[in-house]
Amino acid sequence: MITYLEAIRLAQQKALATDPRVFLYGQDIGNFGGAFKATKNLAAEFPGRVLDAPLSEDAIVGMAIGAAIEGARPIVEMQFADFSTCGLNQIVNHAGTLFYRTGVPCPIVVRLPSGGTSGGGPFHSQSLEAIYAHWPGLVVVTPATVEDAYTMLLEAVALDDPVVFCEHKFLYYHLKAESLPETSLPIGKARIARTGRDATVVTHGAMLHESLAAASELAEDGYQLEIVDLRSIKPLDTDTVLASVARTGRLLVVSEEWPWGGVSAEVVSRVTTEGFGLLDAAPMRVNAKDTPVPYHPDLWSVHRPTASTIAAAARRLLDL
Amino acid sequence: MSKTIAPVTESDYLKAYRVMLLSRVLEEKLASLYRAGMIKGGVFLGRGQEALSTATGIHLRKGDIFAPLIRDQAGRLAFGDTVLDTLRTYLGSQLGSMRGRDGNIHRGRPREGYYAMISHLGAMVPAVAGGLLARRLRGESGVVGATCLGDGGTSTGAFHEGLNAAAVDKLPLVVVVANNQYAYSTPNSRQYACADLLDKAAGYGVAGHKADGTDLLDCLQTLRKAVHDAREGGGPQLVVASLLRLVGHGEHDDFSYLDKTLKKSPVGEDCLLAAEKHIVDQGWKSTEDLAEWRREAEQEVNTTADRVRREPSPDAEEDDWAALSRSEYREQFAAV
Repeated sequence: MITYLEAIRLAQQKALATDPRVFLYGQDIGNFGGAFKATKNLAAEFPGRVLDAPLSEDAIVGMAIGAAIEGARPIVEMQFADFSTCGLNQIVNHAGTLFYRTGVPCPIVVRLPSGGTSGGGPFHSQSLEAIYAHWPGLVVVTPATVEDAYTMLLEAVALDDPVVFCEHKFLYYHLKAESLPETSLPIGKARIARTGRDATVVTHGAMLHESLAAASELAEDGYQLEIVDLRSIKPLDTDTVLASVARTGRLLVVSEEWPWGGVSAEVVSRVTTEGFGLLDAAPMRVNAKDTPVPYHPDLWSVHRPTASTIAAAARRLLDL
Repeated sequence: MSKTIAPVTESDYLKAYRVMLLSRVLEEKLASLYRAGMIKGGVFLGRGQEALSTATGIHLRKGDIFAPLIRDQAGRLAFGDTVLDTLRTYLGSQLGSMRGRDGNIHRGRPREGYYAMISHLGAMVPAVAGGLLARRLRGESGVVGATCLGDGGTSTGAFHEGLNAAAVDKLPLVVVVANNQYAYSTPNSRQYACADLLDKAAGYGVAGHKADGTDLLDCLQTLRKAVHDAREGGGPQLVVASLLRLVGHGEHDDFSYLDKTLKKSPVGEDCLLAAEKHIVDQGWKSTEDLAEWRREAEQEVNTTADRVRREPSPDAEEDDWAALSRSEYREQFAAV
């Protein structure tokens, strides 16, 4: 069985093996194999192309940008998504502006081990896809399955544009697949993860699995939730979302991020501005609470959306 | 370092002087266009910094990497930028390398090794280091990357991170610091507490070079050695030159904070006038020769400015408004 984490490792291995322009740069990713072992054995397999970086997120991303200008395809690892804010300037102001300003694209992939795990606490748990999506010039993806972790990372490396690759740490070991696909939906296309007629749940990342569990719970009562896995945050597949809402008439958006201005706000905004007439009820959102992510598991499990809070919201949406 | 370094000749000096002169004349024109309201946004001049900047650009070769900063008009010209593209960028011509999407000193041609700075100071240090790393991974050797910044830029995290990372990988990076006494209005006394910015070189484990930024010969000799050492495998080189910015931060700035005693001190000397005196004293050229060179530079600049002023501005209707190269994504980006 291949875990989500192993899929990420295998995607990097394949990228290194098939494209001489690819190299990896990040903290502890060399012989140690990375904090999560996402680059295990790659330094030995590809000598000189899997490089340990100093504790310098700005320099890591800045160097990736310079390398990309010179025709390389760097994949850089932020040890945790939370620390990417120390490299924020390079990501948003340098990588994100390069093509628009100069006409030269910036093919870098910035891997962000994202999202909460039990005991992670305020600085090892953040979901930052919305802030990166806010700036122009970046592609932001949030694979929620083993298959997507693999194919979307390979697609990200092949793209000429900078990609913020939000891989979810909660899924690293939880998800397993028998094999890896050769093809998949492209970045920019959402996927209907479960069909249903009564309400649309739009979600991404680890919340896909909480939402699917909520859908199973409601199915026992005879209600069918349709689950849309966004897969990529930017570009955002509004068409698939609107088509689903057209079928169900009801929208619940579930996101592990903080509520203010996040992905769920964007989805609700798009559906209400572009598909107001499709709605039979006011859209709803379920997000994390608007506090730092707490350390203690008893607090954390309430801070983030779960299958039970999603199911409860869905019942309210369905007027049950 | 193995190979010997060629001395700076009369011919080298005169060539560098002409770049300085062209830069000075061009910047005088930019200031004049700004005062006439013909330039939108800011105008930021490098007056007083031409010797150092020229010495940097002139020692780089085709195939090297150069990320100049705000006061490097002279270094840009020395590296191969043109009067034409400078004026196009300042005047917002659609035909300029930035096509009106960015202006003034934020210009470059990254594919030619001429990186376009972002305003966030220090950011270009790791970018040039990364460019050099990619070249090394590709098997190229003998490449040098240089970037410039001021005393203020040395206080940024990016400067520290970039220089440190470059030192760890022993990359052929030359970081040229123009210590021009002020970061906008902030004097050195509020910028750093070490005795000399050059002290930082030891902290990063890189070679340090001190230069008199008012003396073209010293700048040429110093940069020649720094670039040579980087090219020969000596790792990053930190050059710190003392000089005085002879104008405000930008043309909007009245420079009221200038300590007048600095202007009368050695750092306050105008490097262009000092170079002219040196040339005449050496008997290389007469003052009449130099006046003729200035007239030639003025003619080039004026003719080019007249041409650029007739060029089209960017057309908002024609712009594709795309921040990504991949056109398939564009429709899905705008929320409204």
